Amino acid sequence: MKKKITPFSIFSITSLGILTVIFVFPFYWIMTGAFKSQGDAIKIPPQWWPEAPTLENFEKLLIQNPAGQWLLNSILIAGLTTLAVCLTSSLAGYVLAKKRFYGQKMLFSIFIMAMALPKQVIIVPLVRMISFLNMHDSMMAVILPLIGWPFGVFLMKQFSENVPKELLESAKIDGCNELRTFSNIVLPIVKPGVASLAIFTFINTWNDYFMQLVMLSSRDNLTISLGVATLQAELSTNYGLIMAGAALAAVPIVTVFLVFQKSFTQGITMGAVKG
Amino acid sequence: MKKVNKLRMRESIVSYCFLAPALVFFLLFVLVPMIMGAVTSFFNYTMTDFSFVGIDNYIKMFGDKVFQKSLINTIIIVIGSVPIVVGFSLFVASQTYERSAFTRSFFRWVFFLPVVTGTVAVTVVWKWIYDPLSGIMNYILKTGHVIDQNIMWLGDKRYALMAIIIILLTTAVGQPIILYIASMGNIDKSLVEAAEVDGANKFQVFWKIKWPSLLPTTLYIVVITTINSFQCFSLIQLLTSGGPNYSTTTIMYYLYEQAFKQSNYGYANTMGVFLALLIGLISFAQFKLLGNDVEY
Repeated sequence: MKKKITPFSIFSITSLGILTVIFVFPFYWIMTGAFKSQGDAIKIPPQWWPEAPTLENFEKLLIQNPAGQWLLNSILIAGLTTLAVCLTSSLAGYVLAKKRFYGQKMLFSIFIMAMALPKQVIIVPLVRMISFLNMHDSMMAVILPLIGWPFGVFLMKQFSENVPKELLESAKIDGCNELRTFSNIVLPIVKPGVASLAIFTFINTWNDYFMQLVMLSSRDNLTISLGVATLQAELSTNYGLIMAGAALAAVPIVTVFLVFQKSFTQGITMGAVKG
Repeated sequence: MKKVNKLRMRESIVSYCFLAPALVFFLLFVLVPMIMGAVTSFFNYTMTDFSFVGIDNYIKMFGDKVFQKSLINTIIIVIGSVPIVVGFSLFVASQTYERSAFTRSFFRWVFFLPVVTGTVAVTVVWKWIYDPLSGIMNYILKTGHVIDQNIMWLGDKRYALMAIIIILLTTAVGQPIILYIASMGNIDKSLVEAAEVDGANKFQVFWKIKWPSLLPTTLYIVVITTINSFQCFSLIQLLTSGGPNYSTTTIMYYLYEQAFKQSNYGYANTMGVFLALLIGLISFAQFKLLGNDVEY
């Protein structure tokens, strides 16, 4: 079906084009700025493309600053959180969707209510709790609270509703125990859900600046986002160096997003608690 | 009867075994802190003191000039961002959802890019954009003869909050666009076609048929955008530290400052409770408006 060219369709295409430029610009600027020298990065009119590309920013980041360590910390924190969230949520989501047990309704309501509350509002008692457990300024301080967040449980419950009851019953008749039923029958069916949750958790944890800011403090324990923020506060005008840091923070996560975009999108639509 | 109970008991035990890992973390790191936060909001709780003061913190909060200012700023952010986010994402989704799968996913990628890139990395660029001397904002406006003197976008209390809202908008539309595209894909095509056969124009089709089926999604987007705007923090911490002269201090930033700079934990928790109640109220209104069925 061919579409007619109308004034509105011209308007629509032009505005989408302009918006695309605006939305992609920050990423573009990070990627090009990373290769500019300190002087070139603040030139006016702006240098749209690095005319004398240099690697000195990355050298400074990796040699004078522990940016490599920060990257590793980010990967470990996001990776471990993702692993733990997927495990606990798929177990819990499955029984919430498929079992009938005492206290089920109440438990699910509590989960939903807690999910509506942003974790920021409990950040102060959370930090006290972490200090009390003697875990402040450690990776666990960021990871553990994120595992408790009930979004994953809710998402996995949504996906587990698709598991046919007959399959579970026939497994029971065949003498499958509960764990085997879960791993051999339920998990293969909810795999797309686990993929969505994994990608969603990984990206959110990687970018969870607030949590990292209040939990981590010593220079070697920072994540890459937090490290870049610290650098920005220390040397606010060395845009080249800061852009290079931003590139280190953004490139891995944007790549992950590009590769798994489909799962991610599905997670967002399935995770919407409408009404 | 007895047998049924026994079966249910057995199923309950199994269920709680499966739930245990999630529950332990939930109790320890969500529920207990929630209760602790609510309780300590009635205490004078600092590094050196922990004593019950009743509702003193609440009285102090409502009389606190900075809190009032931060509440107003937060409301301005909500009012400034919610309608634009809804209108903007509705426009982008309606212009893209009928295109090919490739185009659709391209635009999803474009509008989600600032979210995925991360607050810190995106903020670094915006800091340069707004830089009074070497930033692109002043350069463009000066070249276009809109202004003739450099403006300190983040350092001038007339512009700072607006500058923050603009950044917030670029990171707030990704999720709504994805939700709208999904929701528009679910609209009953036969209804739209029937209306077109009957001679309805594009505008009528949108208002009479598409809009009603988009309402639940719209309401959901309004709620999440409102809640996210209430929590606006990172941009402010990274760019203005609440200044100049408290013109960009939000409730969340003030809470952070009270807790982690001044060690007024009790008072910070009072604001946390206030924010939680506000957000709870909004979510509750959404539930009431839509009934109790969970969609998707």
